[in-house]
Amino acid sequence: MEALNVILLLFMIVCAIAVAATKNLLAAVITFMAQGLAMSVVWMLLQSPDLAITEAAVGAGVSSILMFAALKKIHAIREKGEAEDAEEAEE
Amino acid sequence: MPKKRKNDPFKSFLNWLENGGNALDDEMQDALREETDEPSAPEPKKKAARKAAGKQTEEFRPKRAYADTWWYRLLAVIVAVVLIGLLLETVERMPRFGEADTLMDSELTEFYVKHTKEDTGALNIVTGIILDYRGFDTLGESHVLFIAVCTVLLMLSIYGERDEQNRLLQGEMERHFEPGDDVILQSAARVLTPLVFILGIYIILNGHLSPGGGFSGGAVLGAGLILYQNAFGYEKIEKFFTYKTFKGVSVCSLMFYSLAKGYHFFTGANRLDSHIPNGIPGNILSGGLLLPLNFVVGCVVACTMYALFTMFRKGEF
Repeated sequence: MEALNVILLLFMIVCAIAVAATKNLLAAVITFMAQGLAMSVVWMLLQSPDLAITEAAVGAGVSSILMFAALKKIHAIREKGEAEDAEEAEE
Repeated sequence: MPKKRKNDPFKSFLNWLENGGNALDDEMQDALREETDEPSAPEPKKKAARKAAGKQTEEFRPKRAYADTWWYRLLAVIVAVVLIGLLLETVERMPRFGEADTLMDSELTEFYVKHTKEDTGALNIVTGIILDYRGFDTLGESHVLFIAVCTVLLMLSIYGERDEQNRLLQGEMERHFEPGDDVILQSAARVLTPLVFILGIYIILNGHLSPGGGFSGGAVLGAGLILYQNAFGYEKIEKFFTYKTFKGVSVCSLMFYSLAKGYHFFTGANRLDSHIPNGIPGNILSGGLLLPLNFVVGCVVACTMYALFTMFRKGEF
C-alpha cells in the first residue's frame, strides 16, 4: 500500500509539472485529467470516499470537459469539419 | 517578439519582463491569422459563419494596457512568490498527517462522532454534518452554484442587439456540427450513460447511509448528461432537458431547500417539535430531512454542471 501511495504521488507531481511545462493545450488538459484521476485514488487511500467520488466526477470529468469547451471556443482545437476545410485550402 | 527558448532561464525571464508574453501560443496565433487572412473569394456559407466567429475572437482579445508595463509583471512575480511562501509556511504549521494526537483536544470531533447518529439518523457522518449541523453552509453553496450559472448567462447575453445575429449564428454552428456521429463515442455512451445515471441516483439516494451525497451524486449525473449530449446531440437531449426544465428544477429545488431549512431552524431555535421522524438509522427512509435535501442538492448540481457546459458551447441554453 505504501508503494502504491508513493507511485501515485510521484505520478501526480510529474503530471502537475507536465501541465505547466507542455506547450500543447490539449495535452495539458488531458494531463490535468490524469492528475485528477490519480488524486481521486489517493483520496480513496486516505479513507475519504466522499471526496474520491466528487474528485473523480468534477476534477477528472466535468472541469476538463469545460476546459475542452473553452479551448474550442478560442479555436485551439480544430474540429473535424474545420480540419477538412483547412486541408482543402492547402490543396 | 523575439523568442529565446534555449537561453538560460534568467535571461529569458528578463526578456519576459521587458517584452511580456502572449497568452496565446504561436500555433494558436497562426491559426487565428490564417482564419482572418482567408481570401474573401466566393466561399460556402459554413466558412462565412466561421469567419464571423474568427473575427469575434479578434475583437475580444484582451487589451494589454497595464500588463505591458514592466512593474506590473514584476509585482505579479512578487505577489506570487509571497503567496507561495505564505502557503508553505502555513503547511509547515499544520499538524503532521497521521499523527496519533492530531486534533485530540478538539471537542467538536468527539461530539460529531458520538451524537450524529442519534441527532440526525444518518450513518454517514459527513452528510449528517453538512446537511444538518452545517445545513446553512450547504444552502449557501447551492445558491453559489445557481448564481454562477446566472452570471454566465448574463455574461454571454451581453452582446446586445447588434451582435444578436452573431450569437445566433454561433448557436447554429454548434448545432450544425452536432452530433459528430462518432461511432465509438455513441456505442460507448449507449452502454455507459444508463450506468452513470444509476450510479448518480444511487449516490444521491444513499447519501445518508454510504459515502457520497447530493453534491457527488449530482456531479456524476451532470457528467452523464454531458456525455449523452456529446454523443447524441442537442436534439435528443432537448426531448427531456431544456432551459425550462433547468429553470424549473433549479428554482424549485432551491426553494424547497430554503423552506425546509427555514422550518428546521425555526422549530430548532424555538425548541419546538419539528414532527419529522428520524427513523431507524440504516433504513433508506430515515434521517429526517436528509434524504429530500440530498435529492434537491443533487438536482441543483446536476442541472448546473450541464447548464455551464451547454452555455459555454452554444452561448445560450
